[in-house]
Amino acid sequence: MSAQRRWRNAGVAAIFLAPSLVTLLAFWIGPMIGTVWVSFQDWNLIGVPSFVGLDNYAELAKDADFHAALLHTLLYLAGYLPLVLILGLAVALLLNAKLPAMTLYRAMFFLPVVSSWVAISLLWKWLLNPAGGLVDKALGLVGIDGPGWWTDPTWAMPSVVLASVWKDVGFVAVILLAGLQAIPKDLLEAADLDGASAWRRLRSITLPLLSPSLFFVTVISLINGFQVFDQVWVMTGGGPGGASSVVVEQIVRYAFSYGRVGYASAMSIVLFAIILVVTVAQLRLQRRWVQYD
Amino acid sequence: MRTTRRLLAAAAAAVTVAGLLAACGGGDSGTSTESATGKITYFTFSAAPDHLKELDALKAEFEKQNPGITVEVQTAAYADYFTKLQTSIAGGNAPDTFELNYENFVTYAKAGALMGLDDVAKADSDYKADRVYPKALQAFQLKGKQYGMPSTFSDVVLFYNSKLFDAAGVAYPTASWTWDDEKAAAEKLTDKAKGVYGDYQPVTFYEFYKALAQNGGSFLSEDGKKATFNDAKGLEAAQWLLGKPGTVQPTVAEIGGKADYDTALFKSGKLAMWHSGIWMFSSLADAKDLGYDIVVEPGKAQKASAVFFNATAVSAKTKKGTAAWKWARFLSTSDTTVQTRLASSWELPAVNDQTAFDSYLKQTPPANRQAVFDSLNAVALPPVIGDQQAQMQDLVTKALEKAASGQATAQQALDEAAAAVTALIK
Repeated sequence: MSAQRRWRNAGVAAIFLAPSLVTLLAFWIGPMIGTVWVSFQDWNLIGVPSFVGLDNYAELAKDADFHAALLHTLLYLAGYLPLVLILGLAVALLLNAKLPAMTLYRAMFFLPVVSSWVAISLLWKWLLNPAGGLVDKALGLVGIDGPGWWTDPTWAMPSVVLASVWKDVGFVAVILLAGLQAIPKDLLEAADLDGASAWRRLRSITLPLLSPSLFFVTVISLINGFQVFDQVWVMTGGGPGGASSVVVEQIVRYAFSYGRVGYASAMSIVLFAIILVVTVAQLRLQRRWVQYD
Repeated sequence: MRTTRRLLAAAAAAVTVAGLLAACGGGDSGTSTESATGKITYFTFSAAPDHLKELDALKAEFEKQNPGITVEVQTAAYADYFTKLQTSIAGGNAPDTFELNYENFVTYAKAGALMGLDDVAKADSDYKADRVYPKALQAFQLKGKQYGMPSTFSDVVLFYNSKLFDAAGVAYPTASWTWDDEKAAAEKLTDKAKGVYGDYQPVTFYEFYKALAQNGGSFLSEDGKKATFNDAKGLEAAQWLLGKPGTVQPTVAEIGGKADYDTALFKSGKLAMWHSGIWMFSSLADAKDLGYDIVVEPGKAQKASAVFFNATAVSAKTKKGTAAWKWARFLSTSDTTVQTRLASSWELPAVNDQTAFDSYLKQTPPANRQAVFDSLNAVALPPVIGDQQAQMQDLVTKALEKAASGQATAQQALDEAAAAVTALIK
C-alpha cells in the first residue's frame, strides 16, 4: 500500500470518527480535564477563581459530611447491588421460559428502564408516601403500620434502594437474558438426560456460561450505583437531616447551591478515583470467576 | 491574563459541572455605561407565578416612558433562581439587571458581580434617594457603596382563622401575645379528629433565627466571627419550633411532601394560626369566606419580626448601564410601580411614602393590615455571613431536621451546626 493511499484512508477514517470524537472531546474528555483544574481553585462561579493547590482535598479529608455521604453511598450499594443482581437473574430465568406472549412480559420489565429517573422517583415517592401512599395503605390492610419511608432517617435509604432496584431490574434482566439465550440448548438437554436436577443445571451449566454477562452487569451496576443521584435528589433531597445524603448529591449542592465549584470538583475527582480503583479491581478479580469458554 | 483565566474557568465549570456549553463571550467590558438605549434583560424570582400580569404592565409603562429601551423579562421560581443566576454569570451571560434579596446580596457584591450605582445615580437628576425606604437602601450597601436599588420589602406576621377561634371559644390573638399565649391557644384549637391544627410554623433557618431574636438571643457573636446560636436561648428557640410538629402542627410524615401544604391547609379552613409572609395576601384573595386576619407575631423576651428586602441589581458586565439603572430606578420608586405593587399586594414597594400606603391599608382582608407596618417597629434581619450564606442556612435547617427526626438531641444538633457555621466564617 502506498504511503499516499494510507494517508487517504486515514483521512476518510478521520471524517467518519470526527462527529463522535469532537463531541467526546468537547463534552467528555475536555470537561474531565477541566474538572481536575477547577478542583485546585477556590471559585464561587460569580467571582474570579483563585489557585489554592490541594486545599480542597485537604478539607475533604476532614469533612464529616462528605465522609457520611461516602458511607451512605456504600450503604446504598450494599442494598442495591445484591438485590438488583439476584432479582435481575430471577427475572431473566423466568423471561427465558417458553410461554405465550413472552415478548409482552419482556417489554413490561423493560418499561421502567426506558422511563425517566425523575418520573420513576416521583412515582415511588408517592407510592411510599407516609401520608396516604399506596404501599402504606396496602400494609394497613394486613394490619401493619407502615414506616415513614423517605421522611424517616432509618427508612430513607431503603426507600431509595427500593425505587432503584425496581427501575434497574429490567436492565439487568435483559442483559442476562441475552446471555442465557446464547447458552447452547444441547448442553442443558444432555445434563437433563444424565439426570441433573434443575438446580444442578443452573449451578453447573447456566451460571458459569452466564458469567461474562454477570460480570458486565455487575461492573455497570456498581459504577451507576456509586453515581446514584436523581432518585435521592427527588425522593429525599439527601434528608431528613442528611440521613440519605450521597456523594453526587453533595457535589451538586456544593457546586450550585453553595457556589463552591472547586470543592465540588475535588469531590468529583475523589469519586472518579474510587470508581476507577473498584473497576480495575473487578477486572483483575474476574479471572477467578468469569469463564470465557 | 486575568481575563483569560476567568474565561477558562467559566468554560471549564459551565461545561464540566453543569453539562451546559455556555459561550463565554462578551469580553471584559468592566462597568462601561455608554449605551442608554437598546434591549436590557431582567431576571426575577418575585413575579412568578402570581404577579406576571403586573410585571408585564410595569414593563409596558417603562418602555413607553423610555423610548428606545426594551426590557426582556426572565422569571424563575425562588428555589431555582440562584442556581440559574450563578450559572449565567459564570458562563458570561449575566442578565443586565436581576433581583437579589438581602441575604444573598453580599455574596454577589463581594464577588464583584454587581455594578456600583452611585455614579449613575448622581448623574440622574430625576432620582431622589429620600424617596426610598432608608432601611432598605442601607440593606444593599457594601462598605458605604450602593449596589442595589431596593424594590420591595415584606414581613412575616401571624395569620389566624377567626372562625376557628370563635368555634373553640378562644380569644383572638393580639399584638401583646407571647409564645405562651400562642401555645395555649394552639393546644385548645387543635382537633385532630376533625383534621384541624392549631398552629403552623416551618422548622427552618428563617423561623429559627427569628425565634432566637424573639427570645433575646443572638445568632452570631458581636464581632460576627462566631456562631452563638447554640446557647441556652438558642436551645429554647429550637425547642419552641420543634415542639409544634406532632402536637399542634402536622408532622413531616403527615404532610408527605405535598407542595404548599400549609397554604392549602389554611385556605381550607383547617389551620387556626399560621406564621407566614404578607406575600400570601394575594393568593388568599380568592378564599373569600375564610374570615382570616393578621397580627404582629408573638414574642418571648421581646418582639422581633422577620423582614425581607429585595432589590434590583445591575450586572458589572452590562454594556447598558444607564438603561439598566433607569429600569432599576423605575422598579423601585416610580409611581406606576408603587401603585401596581400596592393594588395587587405584590409585597410592598420600598418607598418612604406613608400616603402611598394608605390605599394599601384600606384593602381587606386582612382587616388589620396595620400589623404589616407595626411589625417593622421591632425587626430581626437574617444573620448574614457573606460568601457561604446558602450553606450556612442549610446547615441550620439540617440541624433542626436532625433534631426533629430524632437523629440527635436539639442541643447536639445545634452544637454541631454552630461549630460548622463558625468554621465557615472567614
